[in-house]
Amino acid sequence: MKAFIRKQGFLIDFTLSSLMRRKGKNIGLLIVYGLIVFLLASVMLFSHALRKEAGLVLQGAPEIVLQRMVAGRHALIPADYLDAIESIRGVAGTEGRLWGYFYDPAVGANYTVMVTPDYELSGNEVVIGAGISRIRGVAEGDFFSLRSDKGKTYVFKVKSLLDSESELVSTDLVLISEKAFRVLTGIPEGRLTDIILKVRNPREVQKVAEKLVARLPDTRPILREEILRTYDSIFAWRQGIVFVLLLGALLAFVIFAWDKASGLSAEEKREIGILKAVGWETGDVLRMKFWEGAIISFSAFTLGYLAAYLHVFYSSAVLFEPVLKGWSVLYPQFDLVPFVDGLQLATLFFFTVFPYTVATIIPIWQASITDPDAIMR
Amino acid sequence: MRIELSNIEKIFNRGRHNEFRAIRDVSMEIAPNRITCLKGASGSGKTTLLSMIGCLSRPTSGRILLGERMISGLPERFLTDIRRHTFGFVFQRFNLIQGLTVLDNIMIPAYPLGLDHGELKRSAKLLLKQFGLERVSNNPVQWLSGGEAQRVAICRALINDPGVLLADEPTANLDLKNSREFMELIGNLSESGKTILMTSHDPLVYESPVVDEVVEMHDGQIMVK
Amino acid sequence: MLFNPPVIALIMVSVVVTLMLLAAAGLAVQILMYWDIGSGSERQLILERRTYLVSTLLTWVFASELISLMLFIYNAESMSGQFVGAMCATGVLNVNAWGWPALFLKLIIFFSGAVWLAINHLDNQGFDFPLVKVKYLLLLIILPLVMVEAFVQLQYFLGLKPNLITSCCGSLFSSEAEGVVGNVSSLLPSTALLLFYGAGLLMMLSGTWFLWRKSGGWVFSSLSVGAFIASLAGMISYVALYVYEHPHHHCPFCVLKPGHDYAGYALYLPLFAATALALATGAVSRWKHVPSLSAVVESNAPRLAWLSMMLYALFFSVATFFVLRSSLVMAPFW
Repeated sequence: MKAFIRKQGFLIDFTLSSLMRRKGKNIGLLIVYGLIVFLLASVMLFSHALRKEAGLVLQGAPEIVLQRMVAGRHALIPADYLDAIESIRGVAGTEGRLWGYFYDPAVGANYTVMVTPDYELSGNEVVIGAGISRIRGVAEGDFFSLRSDKGKTYVFKVKSLLDSESELVSTDLVLISEKAFRVLTGIPEGRLTDIILKVRNPREVQKVAEKLVARLPDTRPILREEILRTYDSIFAWRQGIVFVLLLGALLAFVIFAWDKASGLSAEEKREIGILKAVGWETGDVLRMKFWEGAIISFSAFTLGYLAAYLHVFYSSAVLFEPVLKGWSVLYPQFDLVPFVDGLQLATLFFFTVFPYTVATIIPIWQASITDPDAIMR
Repeated sequence: MRIELSNIEKIFNRGRHNEFRAIRDVSMEIAPNRITCLKGASGSGKTTLLSMIGCLSRPTSGRILLGERMISGLPERFLTDIRRHTFGFVFQRFNLIQGLTVLDNIMIPAYPLGLDHGELKRSAKLLLKQFGLERVSNNPVQWLSGGEAQRVAICRALINDPGVLLADEPTANLDLKNSREFMELIGNLSESGKTILMTSHDPLVYESPVVDEVVEMHDGQIMVK
Repeated sequence: MLFNPPVIALIMVSVVVTLMLLAAAGLAVQILMYWDIGSGSERQLILERRTYLVSTLLTWVFASELISLMLFIYNAESMSGQFVGAMCATGVLNVNAWGWPALFLKLIIFFSGAVWLAINHLDNQGFDFPLVKVKYLLLLIILPLVMVEAFVQLQYFLGLKPNLITSCCGSLFSSEAEGVVGNVSSLLPSTALLLFYGAGLLMMLSGTWFLWRKSGGWVFSSLSVGAFIASLAGMISYVALYVYEHPHHHCPFCVLKPGHDYAGYALYLPLFAATALALATGAVSRWKHVPSLSAVVESNAPRLAWLSMMLYALFFSVATFFVLRSSLVMAPFW
């Protein structure tokens, strides 16, 4: 056992010096390899972080959102439905909501305008998200205008900005008083956009939803669990698409690795010949080459992963935000919460180290079976 | 250690149009603790014979006995194992690994044995001292002169303390002075108990007084004296 | 099909691994046909050198299979958010009929791989390659296994539709459930306890016997398979309850979650390694009578058995530790 470990030590030692003697070739390989890891790891870390962020946001969301449907379209819901719902067993609380979208032609962005009881807002006050503040260049105390459905412009005073902790969802938000909202949109008293329900026991959510549909046949309940599931699969799917697109790059990398491993220079061939002649066995050369692959893979993996980590969590993934996020002009800027997990590492391993290794097995074997007496001829 | 060859044949590309019989029915014995020289023109098969004796390749047929052990027919893996402990090689073109230091080059044959690093380094340094190479021990091998390079190659051959030293055309790349020095070294090694087998077509070698026995080869066969 | 990176990776690996094994099997057939250890011919030399390629290919195949087993479970765990009714890996494996078979095939391949690598390692130490026929025949048996696994896994992933409603560990591993799993879960804790420690004890005894008398390696191997199954059953019916501190939570996967201190790793890693080593012990000790191997078997087999027993002991200590540490009191349920 001791001899075995010492032997590996010698082999690693020799491998390192052999890698150093061919800096140019190996640095080239390391850069390409690292780049592949960087790309894939960035995609994974980024979309996973987004998914997690969305999950965190939805944690605070209500268990059920109830919408009214008219001719298959989302319509305003009468406020008196609230009474019918409260009597359903298992419902811990209800709340009618008023909200909608506003298109701002000046900046070409959509705002989400919402009435909330959390802020005590007078008729001419608003609270806005960080994205709007950036794009419109307004800060606390400044004035902010919105056009009503009748074409009249109303000016509001910005009471405060929303904090950027969960900027992903709050970036385009405008919070407003109920009175102002009804004036702006023309939604009459007694009507609401939708109704949210709190259900204490998660096992009863499904049951409550069934009762809602039975009692109020013109409504549609949307469950938080369902949204979470959809989010989960949409993010996984997007990530999958990007990976498939990157498969081309991966294939190019595999060919590159194969070429590097099989195109040994005359110098390298001579070296392996010498090793075999002075008493190295085929297995020793294989092991030496294994260590070489391990060292290169480990370095490329670490460098690529580290770079991806910095890229995603410290530069907010500047390179491909537009691909994976962008559904709005109002771009959220946020620091994702860093994390690492086994699923990702194992997946990345199979997308990078595994193809590299498979591509090099045969070239390495071919090099290792050099005739021991080759250098005598 | 006594080495005995009987009816050795080596055929390359057997059964193909370029079939080539490099060694034909060779039987011989190499006496322990002596210096034997295989003499012959290039292409006479002496290097092929040397490589089979040194377990670098296998005969197509015939038997090779190393002491009591039959080594012909063993798989490569085991030939290598025997070779590491029994034979040291000095090649015609020295075959040192460029870019490594003298010391590293000498230790390479010992790596697969998994020895203690400190001990290995000590015995390598001892060898270098013995051959007057102390002051170049940390130089890269490409800085060495021809004579020095060969002495480094000899040190490398001796690092695992083999009983038999094999040398293939050892003086082909040396000038007269270095060739003489080499023969002197060989004589000393023989006196210290090593068995030595060389191939050469250099009269300086096979006519040297230190050589105990000269075997002449021609066309893959041994010439009868 | 669900289109996410781990799934793509798993499918890709199963295809590549199958191709690698096919290549190795091709070489193996050639070796089986033309092998002639006594010959000094060039063909024999080429065949001998190809054995290195086969060994390298297979080492990587089995290493990849091991990582793919882990990825398979991680992935099932992470997809649990995408299916109605799934709370952990159990639910995701239950989505269609191919999930569990895929997992079991992966387990079987892992253990066959361990046995093959042990035999290969042993064979390489005999100067006349005495087990060449055995190991390459074994390789030809493993090949279809890997192909079936690739197929079953593909079917499983193709059948993963997000709108499917599945049942999770709460219903599968409950005393009311039908079939084998239900039976295992509904084992009385006292019976399970007896089975769990009893099988372990038997296996330890046979191991001690093997170390002492240098015979009965295969008994040790077979008993270790029994102990492995009993251990898994014990995990489900008994140990899991204490880890979760919940009298009805029987899941074998939730223990891997961070919420349970990664207890699963401390339990499964030694258990799997110990079983693989025990199987290797049997596979190696079987060849004691081969002259060129007897010395190697003499020194290697006891080492394998010893290591295996140490890991089993570790597994049982960790399991016992979790039971003792737990604040769950099962007495009312016995």
